[in-house]
Amino acid sequence: LKGYTKYFGTKFIWFVITFICAFILNFILPRLMPGDPVAAIVARFAQGATNATGVQAIYQRYTELFGTNRPMIEQFFIYVRNVFQGDFGYSIAQYPRTVADVLKSSIWWTMCLQFPAIIVGWMIGNTLGVLAAYLRKGFDRVLMPISIFLSNLPAFGMAVILLVVFAVGLKWFPTSGGYGYDMIPNFSWSFIWSVIVHYQLPFWSIVLINIGGQAIGMRSMSIYELNADYVKYARFLGIKDWKIIGYVFRNAMLPQVTGLALSIGTMITGALVAEIIFSYPGLGTTILSAVLGGDYPLISATTLILSLMVLVATFLIEILYGFIDPRIKAAQSD
Amino acid sequence: MKHLLQQVFRSPKFLVGFGIFMAMLLLVIIYPLFITNPPLEILSQGTFLPPGIYVSVYDSIDASTRYTLLLDDAAAKRIASKLGDDDRLAMQEWLLAVGVSENEIDLQDTAKLLEQWENHYDPAAKIPGMTNAKRNYYIRLDVSLDGLLSTEGAIIAKNNAQTGSLEQKEIIEQTDYVNINQVPNVRVLPLGTDNFGRDVLTELVKATGVSLVIGFVAGTIATLIGLILGLLAGYIGDVVDDGIMFLTNLFTVIPGFVLLILISFSIGQEQRGAVTIAVVIGFTSWVWTARAVRAQVISLRNRDHVNLSKLSGHSIFHIIITDILPYIASYVVMALILQISLGILAEAGLSILGLGPKTTEVPTLGLMMNWAMIYQAQILGKWWAYFPVIVTIALISFSMNLMNTGLDQVFNPALRE
Repeated sequence: LKGYTKYFGTKFIWFVITFICAFILNFILPRLMPGDPVAAIVARFAQGATNATGVQAIYQRYTELFGTNRPMIEQFFIYVRNVFQGDFGYSIAQYPRTVADVLKSSIWWTMCLQFPAIIVGWMIGNTLGVLAAYLRKGFDRVLMPISIFLSNLPAFGMAVILLVVFAVGLKWFPTSGGYGYDMIPNFSWSFIWSVIVHYQLPFWSIVLINIGGQAIGMRSMSIYELNADYVKYARFLGIKDWKIIGYVFRNAMLPQVTGLALSIGTMITGALVAEIIFSYPGLGTTILSAVLGGDYPLISATTLILSLMVLVATFLIEILYGFIDPRIKAAQSD
Repeated sequence: MKHLLQQVFRSPKFLVGFGIFMAMLLLVIIYPLFITNPPLEILSQGTFLPPGIYVSVYDSIDASTRYTLLLDDAAAKRIASKLGDDDRLAMQEWLLAVGVSENEIDLQDTAKLLEQWENHYDPAAKIPGMTNAKRNYYIRLDVSLDGLLSTEGAIIAKNNAQTGSLEQKEIIEQTDYVNINQVPNVRVLPLGTDNFGRDVLTELVKATGVSLVIGFVAGTIATLIGLILGLLAGYIGDVVDDGIMFLTNLFTVIPGFVLLILISFSIGQEQRGAVTIAVVIGFTSWVWTARAVRAQVISLRNRDHVNLSKLSGHSIFHIIITDILPYIASYVVMALILQISLGILAEAGLSILGLGPKTTEVPTLGLMMNWAMIYQAQILGKWWAYFPVIVTIALISFSMNLMNTGLDQVFNPALRE
């Protein structure tokens, strides 16, 4: 592991740099736009409020929180300090809950839904892709059109179709939510079962969406690998088919891992929209309700958390890549 | 060039994709010429009218000529429409509950079933375990069954203004028909109406047009930015390359969609027109093009003809235009096609989050989806409000991807099968 220090070091520095940039963008973009964010917040709060001193207090609270009356650079440091203390202010639409509180309850739903779904979809897609490349003929003929169809369907389209078929039509699964609407989260079996049942449709819609694109990519990578000399040689030696598939899989997988690192952001954000279709209590639904409620602090915090999620995921995949790519291993031992 | 085009149009994949795309484009252009209703006109009271032909009841009663058709199955159809299989099963349930034995009930013998129903149904009766909703359902069913087997006509009466009493005007026999062409007010709603009571088909055609424009604007901007940055980074290299690559790597990891959410929300509801959204999408999705163009340019940079051009003292601009651009033109076209379809998808995703273009002026595919979802069309089973939208989006992206694959096979001989 010692030899990896340099590789991990560069990756980590890169991670920190991107995080700082994402952080700055998250801070600066809304402030570049016309209009005072604090005024917008107070306008939302003060709708129908008759208590002038109350409105004034809200205005002051948020002016202090964002420090909008101070120079930009000072505002930035106030923002940094607040964020690192986990203080994103109060949510407007869900007052008196704090933004941190809202996010705390929704982020786990998103993480537990999306990362397993993306990984499972990626694995199934890649396996199918290798098989399609190796078996060709019938399997390929059936799989490819399906994959092309799947990869062209937007994530929310897949979600709606699954919802209509399996929840509304066949009534096998509930239509919305993360658990039964008549339940209070606890550790009883009935609650866990309810969570599992509600999990299925959002999970499979994300899995299915990801299978298509991965299968197509993996198929062409594998076809390329299958024409390589080592495969011909292995066949010549009479090595068993499944073993050759294993070799091809390992070689063709490397670019797919890189691909995963590059596209995980797109995958996660696409799946957010699928969450909305199922009213799954994750970040997607949080964004929707924040947008509908004009909840400025919540949106800004959610985008920050999302960026962080994507950055960490990318970082982890790159670390993983370091371990599985023999070329990097070789380069490190020099 | 001509040869290349010929080759492109001989690729079956490209042709299919091109055909689908052109058909949609033509529909978007031609449809408004024939059906001139404003796309966002609110037609109906109430939401989600099912697809079909709507005939004015008043006009058809009032129709000048009424025809008599003697159709054998008219009565059977009439009964079937009032008394479906579910209703029959529900009636059986009631009859069983009040103590009629099962072998006495014949679900297919309508006359007997109705007779049994009339004898045994009692709205006041309390059946143990029956919900209120179910009880109300039986009351409605009973009302709708009233007079189902009668062969008499319906009487049209008019209110006499002087006496205040109803006077019989005419009788409509069960065998009376009107010709739909003679009814002045008929409206065809092939896809019904949406949650606001607007004609879904007209709206969908308009929305497809707007979404294509959004995709085109976003795709063009993204491709232009990507192309310029890619050319600069690839050809000039050194510090410029480092700078641009830093930017590119940065925006590969920071998801464009998150930036899109942030920017769209910050712009505010008022300023968010369709074009604004398109521009914002364009400015957040150039990364892939820049990366790919750069890679291509680097592989071209040291070719002989480029070096020759350099030796001849041509300017960088000239070299890029005449010696590099033609080689990557095919790639750029493909990237543009892909960016257009990605732009349409991005708009749809953004609109579902509620961050789409301002809602009152133009529909877009994403907005239609957003409206359908907010009004829970998917749970209410109003498929016409969302399914055509999904199909349209899928078709657009499918046709563009097909065109792309076709082009890829023409330009990269290695991929030909």
